[in-house]
Amino acid sequence: MHEVQLRKRVIVVEEILHEGGPVASTPLRRAAALAVIHNPFAGRYVPEIVGFMEDLNPLGLQMAKALVDALGGNPKIVEGYGKGAIIGQAGELEHGALWHAPGGYAMRELLGNAKAIVPSTKKVGGPGTRLDVPITHINASYVRSHFDAMEIGIADAPRADEMLLALVMTTGPRVHARAGGLKASEIKGADGLR
Amino acid sequence: MKSKIRKIVTFVEETRTEMGKDVSPPTRRAAAAAVIENPFSGRYVEDLTELMEIGEELGSLLTERAVAALGIPGPSAESYGKAAAVGENGELEHAAAILHPKLGTPVRKTLGKGAALIPSSKKRGGPGVALDIPLGHKDAAFVRSHFDGMEIRVNDAPRADEILVAIAVTNSGRPLPRVGGLTKDQIKGEDGLR
Repeated sequence: MHEVQLRKRVIVVEEILHEGGPVASTPLRRAAALAVIHNPFAGRYVPEIVGFMEDLNPLGLQMAKALVDALGGNPKIVEGYGKGAIIGQAGELEHGALWHAPGGYAMRELLGNAKAIVPSTKKVGGPGTRLDVPITHINASYVRSHFDAMEIGIADAPRADEMLLALVMTTGPRVHARAGGLKASEIKGADGLR
Repeated sequence: MKSKIRKIVTFVEETRTEMGKDVSPPTRRAAAAAVIENPFSGRYVEDLTELMEIGEELGSLLTERAVAALGIPGPSAESYGKAAAVGENGELEHAAAILHPKLGTPVRKTLGKGAALIPSSKKRGGPGVALDIPLGHKDAAFVRSHFDGMEIRVNDAPRADEILVAIAVTNSGRPLPRVGGLTKDQIKGEDGLR
């Protein structure tokens, strides 16, 4: 059991009206919730770390709620999601893996048991490191229009003994999606893939 | 609207601890940024009136977005700043035309007062360039606790023919200010300086 020591929270919302093509009648929105926390395992090799996942559950839920709020408060408008972590240089990549369960389950629960796996990425880096958080449809990973990504980062984080945790949600397909593939309207929704 | 907006991004940062010490209440700052088409990209145009009018529109829109992201009434804001990054086919003077002649009035209208100069910075750059928005107290530029800056960036902007325009608003100064100088409770608020 480790206390989750939060230094900083950041919310970023992008509203995309167009990208050179027709202006969208409903702009696409992408939102990211970022949290900078102390890494309790920084600076040494700790064999047993899984307990920290449970400690992170409340933070995951709080961040997922903050994201839905930043998008207007209705979880039904969320169509895509993703997650990521940047581990400060006194930590290891494995520490970032602790975010998979708490970050993923929090979003899936809040979004009405979303079926698709939450795509993710992670890396070790210094303050200001940027992370391209992958995004896919919340109920069917193969929906091509919703393959997306959001670049995130914080100028002063993560410090060496910190972790930057990220959750991302989007409200729809890429603004000028026209590359074919499985459509959101064709989702069967049985296996989280199609 | 005169501005052709491609994208609007808002950022909210909340600092809760610094060097292990609680920041109570947490300091919060927000920035709202618009990515717009540069009407004068790629050619020399003498009369920059159109950009000045765009500045006036964005002064209102972005200040409202930033204050809404902070969740405070405009007059509760404590410090502010503005900045712009011009894409590679534009001139620094285009940023000046947006930021300086007309943008300030609607900012001050939204924030109630604003006797102090709005600190600013500008640059030319490519997509993802970092903007360090200078911050100063809105009614008395010499309030030392509120000298600050906020870094923002939008990974896909400004494109060559675009301008990224940002306004930052806070409800607080730096997290643990202790370098003396004029404090906010000493503000006379007459000349915008002290």
